[in-house]
Amino acid sequence: MDDLVLKVVARVIIPFIQVYGLYVVLHGHLSPGGGFAGGVILAGGFILYALAYGRPALDSLLPDRLAALLESGGVLWYTGLGLVGLLTGSAFLANARAGFPLGVPGRLFSGGIVFLLNLGIGLKVAATISTLFRNLQEEE
Amino acid sequence: MLTVRSLLLALLLLSALAVARTRDLLSAAVIFAGYSLIMATVWQQLRAPDIALAEAAIGAGITSLLFIVTVARTGRYEK
Repeated sequence: MDDLVLKVVARVIIPFIQVYGLYVVLHGHLSPGGGFAGGVILAGGFILYALAYGRPALDSLLPDRLAALLESGGVLWYTGLGLVGLLTGSAFLANARAGFPLGVPGRLFSGGIVFLLNLGIGLKVAATISTLFRNLQEEE
Repeated sequence: MLTVRSLLLALLLLSALAVARTRDLLSAAVIFAGYSLIMATVWQQLRAPDIALAEAAIGAGITSLLFIVTVARTGRYEK
């Protein structure tokens, strides 16, 4: 478990994985990918960290409570944003008609609600997949 | 281009059959990761980059990792 090569390679490669995952999440409305694929890539970075540095390192970086909070918070964020549409008098998950600014097409901050929804889904999926791995690996 | 696609599809079929026939479950998990990688390339060739990205991240990455953890916690050989 205590392998120097694995640790050094993980230290070099994890920042690239995390930046790519964040890129996929944030550009979900512009390019291929989105909240789900980007969240899985982010979780892959966390799992690699757990494999290289051991479970206690991941537990101090992403405690169980924080992961649970992100999981339920992502769902609540999605539903709450959807309910904004109902509160302003149009449909569930309404975008421009609920008053979200659309921005200029092709820019990063555009698309109104889609950007915010992708952000919530990305965080939720990253927390869920790392919890999945953690629960499976537990009870040795 | 056609030959590349035919080669990809033939490899896909071959790896799918290999996964089904392998008795060593760790080898099967690794071959399944290769299958997912070929499948991601096929999705990209079919002009579905969104699905290709999801397949590469979930199929080749997370699924094979979870399979390997499961094999480590149970038995390595099919009974």
